[in-house]
Amino acid sequence: MSDAAAAAELAARGSYGRLLAYLAARWRDLARAEDALGDALLAALETWPRTGVPANPEAWLLTAARRRLVDGARHASVTAAAEADLTLMLDERGDRAPHPALPDERLALLFVCAHPAIDETARTPLMLQTVLGLDAVRIASAFLVAPATMSQRLVRVKAKIRDAGIRFEVPEPRDLAARLDSVLEAIYAAFGSGWEDVAGADPRRRGLAEEAIWLGRLVVRLLPDAPEARGLLALMLHCEARRPARRDAAGAYVPLTEQDVTRWSLPLIAEAETLLSAAARANAPGRFQLEAAIQSAHAQRALNGKTDWEAIALLYAGLLRCAPTIGARVAYAAALAEARGADAGLAALDTIPADAVAAYQPYWALGGHLLKVLGRNAQAREAYDRAIGLSEDAAVREFLLARSAGA
Amino acid sequence: MQYTILVYETPAELTARADPKRKDAYWGAYRAYTTALREAGVMVGGAGLEPPRTATTVRQHDGKRRVQDGPFAETKEQLGGYYVIDVPSLDKALEWAARCPSASTGAAEVRPHMPPPPPPA
Repeated sequence: MSDAAAAAELAARGSYGRLLAYLAARWRDLARAEDALGDALLAALETWPRTGVPANPEAWLLTAARRRLVDGARHASVTAAAEADLTLMLDERGDRAPHPALPDERLALLFVCAHPAIDETARTPLMLQTVLGLDAVRIASAFLVAPATMSQRLVRVKAKIRDAGIRFEVPEPRDLAARLDSVLEAIYAAFGSGWEDVAGADPRRRGLAEEAIWLGRLVVRLLPDAPEARGLLALMLHCEARRPARRDAAGAYVPLTEQDVTRWSLPLIAEAETLLSAAARANAPGRFQLEAAIQSAHAQRALNGKTDWEAIALLYAGLLRCAPTIGARVAYAAALAEARGADAGLAALDTIPADAVAAYQPYWALGGHLLKVLGRNAQAREAYDRAIGLSEDAAVREFLLARSAGA
Repeated sequence: MQYTILVYETPAELTARADPKRKDAYWGAYRAYTTALREAGVMVGGAGLEPPRTATTVRQHDGKRRVQDGPFAETKEQLGGYYVIDVPSLDKALEWAARCPSASTGAAEVRPHMPPPPPPA
């Protein structure tokens, strides 16, 4: 790749969100800001190989994008001739124009993406597209949605933001915590991206975990006083630390309790622990801090070889009070089974309504395991069968088939 | 809304059906998948198809009939079977397609069913 192309790509990755947030906040039209920035990136790819990479690529891109927006506002459509003139103009002076430091509007953009007026399923894709510049096809794959559907949804949601006049601003302090929850949930959805069971996910199919961690770091940097933002980042880093241990050398699935702790990443665990203790000092516990605390309890096994299941069950009980998801209920049952026996785990599993788990794989996998421990082999095989049929991952399917055959 | 999930399998997967070492895992996965569809109340129907070598293709173009041994198209991944499901949306259909064992090895193609043809004018 040429230097110019590499510089354009680097500028795109590093500053796409900053530039887009800045433009969108001023023009109050995400779709047009995106188009203008996209055009500016294309112009850079055409121009820089001839003129050399400007001293300040970001400023160059911003000037180019602004010209597109001004021009677009003047005329309904930009003619080809005008576009050529524009490129020429940018050639001559775009990179030499002095530029004040670009204010970072990405926090406002994150709050727009997770605004209560926006459909929950669209929030994460919108964030990934606008803050990170991810293309719709990649987002669609991660969320198991048809690319055409995903593109339509993104177009519609941007029109809604414009037409409803959703403001590009950080919420007032009294609304901040509740609004931040939606931002953090959207980021966490990117981390799981389609996987019901993040812990069991195929480490080769990383989904958007890296992107989610990047967004998590961004929020911690932009909102250093928010303990839940730190909690979310700690949670994601703890899960990420165990990624290499989720498959053995032959590629077979290894459940958490059987993972080789020497394959866990100690630096990531240490970073997560630091974040979690910093969050705890604010004395404002929340869902993500609790989830991170659960993962922190699991991480102790790397240090002392032990897992305190009673403590983990207690933390899940706390989590269920603030976020009673099906996933948390199943995980609570698993922790109870380890702490107090398979009977206790199965009893907790039995309280979950059947229609909520008809297509929820972890429920059936745990059910199969507990029934097998209790010697109820025929029922165990039935539950394992349901889990196998609901698995997306070939390695998990094979693991469960082997367990079922042994029941 | 009804969708058909077309199960595209690689030749290696198709031979697993009768391979003593692999057939239990192969059939176990498909049996479990079918059960999961049925228990979730979305299964309408479906069938496993005998391998492409058993196919016979008929063409009657311009008054000429041609009967040919083998499948319509020689491709790397072959149609091994299909499921008809009834789910509220394409999103849900894709969720089920992702769980189809062939999605991990070959592919699972999702097609919406057409509405019934219009009544005669």
